[in-house]
Amino acid sequence: MGAYNKISKFAISMVVAVSGFATVASTAAIGAEKKSREEWKKEYVRPSEIPFPKENPYTAAKADLGRTLFFDPRLSGANYISCGTCHNPSFAWGDGLAKGIGHAMTRLGRRTPTILNLAWGEYLMWDGRFETLEQQALGPMAAAVEMNQNMKAIVAELQSIPEYRTLFNVSFPGKGITVDNIAKAIATFERTVVRGVAPFDRWIAGDEHAISTSAKRGFDLFNNKANCVACHSGWNFTDSSFHDIGMPDKDIGRGKVVPGVVVMQHAFKVPTLRNAVERAPYMHDGSLKNLYSVVEHYDNGFVTRPSKSEEIYKLNLTAPEKTDLVEFMKTLSSKDAPVALPRLPAYDQTVAGSLNVSPAAGPSTGSSAMRA
Amino acid sequence: MKSKILASAVATLFVVAVAAPASAEIVITQKAKKFDKKKISIKKGEAVKFVNSDSISHNTHSRSSGGKFDLGVSKPGTAVSKVFDKSGKFKVRCTIHPKMKLTVKVN
Repeated sequence: MGAYNKISKFAISMVVAVSGFATVASTAAIGAEKKSREEWKKEYVRPSEIPFPKENPYTAAKADLGRTLFFDPRLSGANYISCGTCHNPSFAWGDGLAKGIGHAMTRLGRRTPTILNLAWGEYLMWDGRFETLEQQALGPMAAAVEMNQNMKAIVAELQSIPEYRTLFNVSFPGKGITVDNIAKAIATFERTVVRGVAPFDRWIAGDEHAISTSAKRGFDLFNNKANCVACHSGWNFTDSSFHDIGMPDKDIGRGKVVPGVVVMQHAFKVPTLRNAVERAPYMHDGSLKNLYSVVEHYDNGFVTRPSKSEEIYKLNLTAPEKTDLVEFMKTLSSKDAPVALPRLPAYDQTVAGSLNVSPAAGPSTGSSAMRA
Repeated sequence: MKSKILASAVATLFVVAVAAPASAEIVITQKAKKFDKKKISIKKGEAVKFVNSDSISHNTHSRSSGGKFDLGVSKPGTAVSKVFDKSGKFKVRCTIHPKMKLTVKVN
């Protein structure tokens, strides 16, 4: 628990420490806008605090409980997959795989997205099917191909662990362990997962030596010729929008959620670019090995179809320009202290009992689910 | 004569003033990936016109219970309208750019 407090305090104090905060008005993303470098830099100032919804306000105890739950594999049906199994902090809260692996080694349909900076997210998952982080927190747990947890059984399972009873009673006085409170605790923890100050942030704050000349040229390209800013706008490098960027696979993404909207066919969530270097491979299908490949895709590698975003077009970037863009994206990585794992609550040692664990040899029941 | 003209003008103004609310259409502008207002209050039966003044397309929809609708995709420079014929509070969003949020309170 103590270790988590450090993370939580770090996440909040880290952003509070950045001076000159202004709410980032996301006017940046209209690609045709012409601004000077200094004007663009004003669009990328970090926020000073993490937003928490009034329906689920922050408390240290709740975030601490959420962190414990996040790393507890007993939240999965077979008790061996935690949220942190796929959202590994050592991979900037992803898993480093092209496509995630779930219950009984099931290969999932999409790459595991990072949970980094989700406090600012909207319509979560690659296809935006969950409106809140609380809804999202339960999705993978209940999905048969992911954590394969019986959501009716999880409450009883946690109830049987004395320390969890105590932790939930502290975080949710008079309410204790419920599915909703599991979701609220995990979501609260996830909102505290904010990466620290990167070289780019130091440059924005006035340190001209924080990033290279090549990276600065990359920043100019990012906001102008390459038009990355059309969607990867603001300090978190995403406007949370959905676009068909012309990946050639058959996954229709958000098209399943909003089938009547043509431009949402093959559309996926625009991810943050924060700490992108540690989160290869890239795209919803994990098909692009490195950031240079990503730049190549946007330059001229996309497929054209009726749903393709109007903001995706041939860029005609030169090889040095592509290198500059990659150099710029490298500056978005912070070097934070390693994340300490929590001590997990022990089973009750005072009464005899047996565990009711679903077999690990294949998903049991429930609908299949695409990865986040 | 002057007084007749004046009376007639006043009468015309009065008619216009009375007739205006029935045909009133509240205009909301979509610009820089934002609605130009965060909240509006309207009367039941009134229409809201969503004008896309951006350089990119937007969608206008609501998932609020009792008032779900989807006005499809609006290209730059076009507009769509929605008559709100039920009382309640409706969250209007863009499915492409979900940070665009407008609450319509229908009295």
